[in-house]
Parts: sequence; structure tokens; C-alpha cells
Amino acid sequence: MEMLRFATAGSVDDGKSTLIGRLLYDTKTIFEDQMEAVERASVQMGTEHTNLALLTDGLRAEREQGITIDVAYRYFHTPKRKFIIADTPGHTQYTRNMVTGASTADLAIVLLDARKGVLEQSKRHAFLASLLRIPHLVLAVNKMDLVDYDQERFEEVKEEFRTFASKLDITDLTFIPVSALHGDNVVDRSANMTWYEGPSLLHHLEEVHIASDRNHIDARFPVQYVIRPQSDEFHDYRGYAGTIAGGVLRPGDEVTVLPSGFQSSIKSIDTLDGPLEEAFAPMAVTVRLNDEIDISRGDMICRPNNQPIASQDIDTMICWMSERANLGEGSKLLVKHTTRTTKAIVKELQYHLDINTLHRDEESIELGLNEIGRVRLRTQTPLFFDEYRRNRETGSFILIDEATNVTVGAGMILGESS
Amino acid sequence: MAYDLTHLRQLEAESIHIFREVAAEFENPCLLFSGGKDSIVMLRLAEKAFWPAKLPFPVMHVDTGHNFPEVIEFRDRRVEELGARLVVASVQEAIDSGKVVEETGPRASRNRLQTTALLDGIEEHRFDALFGGARRDEEKARAKERVFSFRDEFGQWDPKNQRPELWSLYNGRIKQGEHIRVFPISNYTELDIWQYIKEEGIEIPDVYFSHQREVFERDGMLLSTGPYITLMDDEEPFMETVRYRTVGDMSCTGAVESTADTIDKIIEEVAATRITERGATRADDRVSEAAMEDRKKEGYF
Repeated sequence: MEMLRFATAGSVDDGKSTLIGRLLYDTKTIFEDQMEAVERASVQMGTEHTNLALLTDGLRAEREQGITIDVAYRYFHTPKRKFIIADTPGHTQYTRNMVTGASTADLAIVLLDARKGVLEQSKRHAFLASLLRIPHLVLAVNKMDLVDYDQERFEEVKEEFRTFASKLDITDLTFIPVSALHGDNVVDRSANMTWYEGPSLLHHLEEVHIASDRNHIDARFPVQYVIRPQSDEFHDYRGYAGTIAGGVLRPGDEVTVLPSGFQSSIKSIDTLDGPLEEAFAPMAVTVRLNDEIDISRGDMICRPNNQPIASQDIDTMICWMSERANLGEGSKLLVKHTTRTTKAIVKELQYHLDINTLHRDEESIELGLNEIGRVRLRTQTPLFFDEYRRNRETGSFILIDEATNVTVGAGMILGESS
Repeated sequence: MAYDLTHLRQLEAESIHIFREVAAEFENPCLLFSGGKDSIVMLRLAEKAFWPAKLPFPVMHVDTGHNFPEVIEFRDRRVEELGARLVVASVQEAIDSGKVVEETGPRASRNRLQTTALLDGIEEHRFDALFGGARRDEEKARAKERVFSFRDEFGQWDPKNQRPELWSLYNGRIKQGEHIRVFPISNYTELDIWQYIKEEGIEIPDVYFSHQREVFERDGMLLSTGPYITLMDDEEPFMETVRYRTVGDMSCTGAVESTADTIDKIIEEVAATRITERGATRADDRVSEAAMEDRKKEGYF
């Protein structure tokens, strides 16, 4: 079975919880005891209908205040695929939460209300999905029942969104008219919208082609851990363990190790289940080389004729997530990129990007909580990276505040600074 | 050429990555092992992460003293096979030394006392990272917990103040006295666990398979009779064909009526069931709507 991770964005008002509830309920994922607990809690809170948001709002504070604090992960499957939903709240901390949920997603569902059309919030969500380069975007135009299942209204909303989306870098965009409340086009095709010829939402989630979303061209193997058993049986064994971040590795392949630049070739690709003839992202394997060279965690194994960029000067887009301090010129932070952690200093905030208008403010001198901007970094040691648009694994990093050890930023690499 | 992994192989790769990340970044990690199916899967994944080397960390069992004997036997055998070091944090010892006071009455449970034994064990051995087998599909509070979950110097979890977790970049930085709970199988469901057990041919204790057992009914759950539990007046023991969906402290883990005596039949049963595993079998989660959240904040698994 294949696995698809998707993020949902939208607020309670757009019917996001109802939509997720519908997907879970109709795929028989909601269990009786969960449903009973939600019904009990709804009665206690005095809500009129069973509040499906309570299925995901698991923390005491959330239920008491009727808010969603954090990204919640939900699971369901059909005979075709296993699904992991990263359910991100629409209001509080939406940027930080959506960026978090989107970072691992193969697909994003942005919900909007057919009556209201494309609001600022929908634009924000679509922009973040494109910034994080989620390969597939679904615009679910919800509450079609409230516009009499009108095709014309659907086309209007679609056109409105397309106009906005032309400014974004979106590779695969699908529009689906739905009514989460009544189930139209969620699991089954709707009898109320015979004019719609596309798939239901679930059918799309089951069928969307994701196998070629990962980079299988540029071989990248960040060394995570060195395995040296030092036992009698494996006396001289020295294997480099890690998760393949791109491309395909095979025994016999010529390789270059960064930063040393030493060349060797792959002797074997080992797993407990036996050696492999080839390995590709995102497999976790152990690689042995034919030459004894000094390799440690943070090094990068690649091909001699296809190497990542090695540089200390990097142009990035950063989403800032700290309320304690702002990010500005001179800020010093830790960068964790693949298996390498090093120090970095902010050389320049090139612009602050208003995610509602996409306006670039070049006068801005700081990024505050939940703000996004283009930032030039200088790192203490070189990073071995690809542009984020080419590889999400070797093009992403997190920023850590050395004083508090908290993760304060998410970064996507645009390229080497010129 | 399609470079495609099944969901089980993707989940496995993710888990192995997490095990290695911890081994590389922490001084003194430890794997929590209960003898349950999830921690048995965890042991296999850890074995895969470091093969052909042995596990670079010990295995700790928080022992309530109320164990299924089959599970203890299984634990010892498996630890020996792996050549791993076993550390036991004993609730009985904590009671004997007067550190904690045991609850009394027929509903007495050692569940909360585990937290003290666990935190003492962490302090004594100076563990800075603890692998746990919690899954996000188990419970609502867990659905929001990070893979790398920060604990302060009192071992406590602050759900409203969690570190953002992006891509596969985990932040394991801590100060002296703090630690991280690490959950490598966060994204597995109960069904995934069983499918993985089947695909890997992993051995599990007999109590997971259908068998005859003397049980009695309490709060709609079937509890095993035995030395650790006192029957109340209206409770009558009877024989039933049951199996366990979860394996924990004998005094608060319920059995389910089942004739599933093979892994295939268990998978069929789990796929068709309409009640979550904790809802069906764990008295400890029934205390209140936020029972798990409260215990986790105090430092529970």
C-alpha cells in the first residue's frame, strides 16, 4: 500500500473539521468510543450538533477554550492507500502551524466557502503551500449546498483563485466542489452536481500520482551515524548509516565525499534483511565504501559529476517562529541542515514578504513571530545543499536559538548568495 | 522505473532515521520496553538501525510487579538475543523504600506510581533521551505530541509549549537535567503494527493470541483474576475465550473476547473493530476525558 501525507488548511467556519470528520467517518475510521466521547463532550459544552472538532482537539485547554492549539495528526486508510492528515488550525499561529504541517506533506487541501469565494485566508494558505512546495494542491470549494450546487458559482470561484494562483509556483492544482456537511463529492460523486466531471475528493487522494515527487536524479546521502561493531564477526566493518535524501545508489557507483572531496566507490548497501542492489529516497540504509577514508556524521556522499552546492553564503526564505526575539541583521543562530549542525549569522534581511498581499517590503529590518522573509545567511562551516525547489530534504533547515534550545525558524534554500 | 516504497517500508525508514539521529546526538539514551507489541516492534527497528552493531543503548523496563509472567519471560529472552543491557525500574522497590504509597482497595492501581519509578530511573542512570513506543492514533493528547518531545528538569511535558517539528529535522538540544522522549513509531496505527509484525515475522508473547482465561467483568471490561487483584462482592469469575490487545499492568489491562489465534486473524479483527484499543482495554484512560494528558504532564510515558 502507498502512503500519502496531506495537510488541511482552513478554519472551522470553512467546514474543515466537518470535512475531516466526514472522511474519517465514511472510511470507518472513527471508533464508537471516540464518537461517544465527542457526543458526551458536545452535550457538556452545550453545542447544538455533535462537534466533530472535538475529535482532534485533544488537549484540555483546547476543549475548554474551544480553540485548536496545535497541529494534530490523524490516520485513516482505504484499500488503496494509507493517509496521514496534518490538521493545522486556521486562526492561532496559523503560519507556524501550517508551515510545520506542510513541511512533510505530499498534498494540501485548502478549503474555502463557496458563498465567500477567495478570502485573504485562502490566499495565505495557498501561498504557504506553494512556498513549502507541496507537490499537489486541492482547492475544495465547500458549502456548495448553500449556493444551490450552482456550476456558475463554482466556475467563478475557480477563476478568482486561478488569477491569484498565477502569481504562485504551483505545479498541480485541482478544484473540487464539495459539501462536507452532506457528503457531496467527498467520498462519492455527488448526484447534486452532475455537471462536475472530476473525481470525488477521496478518489483524488487515492489516485493522485506521488511516486515521482521525490528527487530520484541527484544522489545525496548525508552521513548520519558511523557503524563500527568492533565485534569478532564484524571486526573491520565500517558502515555509513543514513537516509537517502535524493537519487539512487548502487554497489559499484563512483562516489565523492564532501567536504574532503575524496573519491571511492560503493562496496555494498547493507541492511539487516540483506544487501541491496539499489537504494533510493527515503530509504534508511548503511553504505560501505571500497576505500578507507575518514568520514563522519555531517559529511555528504554524492556522485563525482553531480554534487550539491557547497557554500557558507546562502540565500534563504525563512519563516520566523519565535515570540521571544525577532530576527534581524546580526542575529546569531544554530542551523540544522541534513545531519550537520553549525552556527550562522544573519548578514542581511533582503525583504519581508507580506503573505496576504505578496508585497515585498525591502525597508523592513526585522522578522517577527510568524513572519516570512528573504534572508542572507553566512554559516560557520559550509553546508552541502540543493535549492529547496529541487530537493526538499537537502534544501531545508531549521534554526535553533542557542540560549533556549528552542526551534525558532524554518528555512528554505534559494541558492548560493551571489 | 518506479521508485516506490510501501507504507510499511516508509514508516520503517522513518523510525530507523529517528533511532540513528538520537544515537548520534545524545550522550546516554535508553529504550523503554514494556513487553507489549509496540515495544517489541521498537526493538526490531532499533536492531535494524544499528546492525551489524549491537544496540548502542540499554533497555529499561518500568516494572509494576503486576506482570504477565509470559511477558517477563519473553523480555528476558529477547534482551539476551540482542545482547542488550536491561535496566529494571521497580515500582515494588519504590513502595518498599517508602518513596511512594500504594493505593488500597479493590480498584488500587500502580499506574501512577510508574511515573515515580520511571523518573527515578532516568535520574539515577542520567538518561538524556528515552525511546517510547507511543503512537499518535492511540489517544488525543498523543495525536499532538512531537516525535522529539521535550521534558523539563522535573520530567514534565508542556503541551502548549512544544518545539515546532519540520521535515525530518529533529531538535534534540537540551540542558543538564532535561531530557527528550522520542517516539519513533508515532505514525504507525494499530493495524500498521500488526501488518509489520506479520511482514517481519516478529515473535510476540502468547497473551496476544486467543486463549482460555479466568476473567471477571468490571466497568464493562474483562479483567484477569490473579494475585494482583481483589474481587468486589458482586464480581463473579468465569472462563472466557479472550486475547489481549494491549499488554500492560495486569490489574488494569482488559482482555477482549476473541477467537483470533493467528496473526492473520488478529489483523482481520483489528481491521474490523469499532473501538480503539485504549478504549477497549485500559482502565487507566477512563478516569477522565484528559486522563492521558494529565499523566503525561507529570512525566508518564
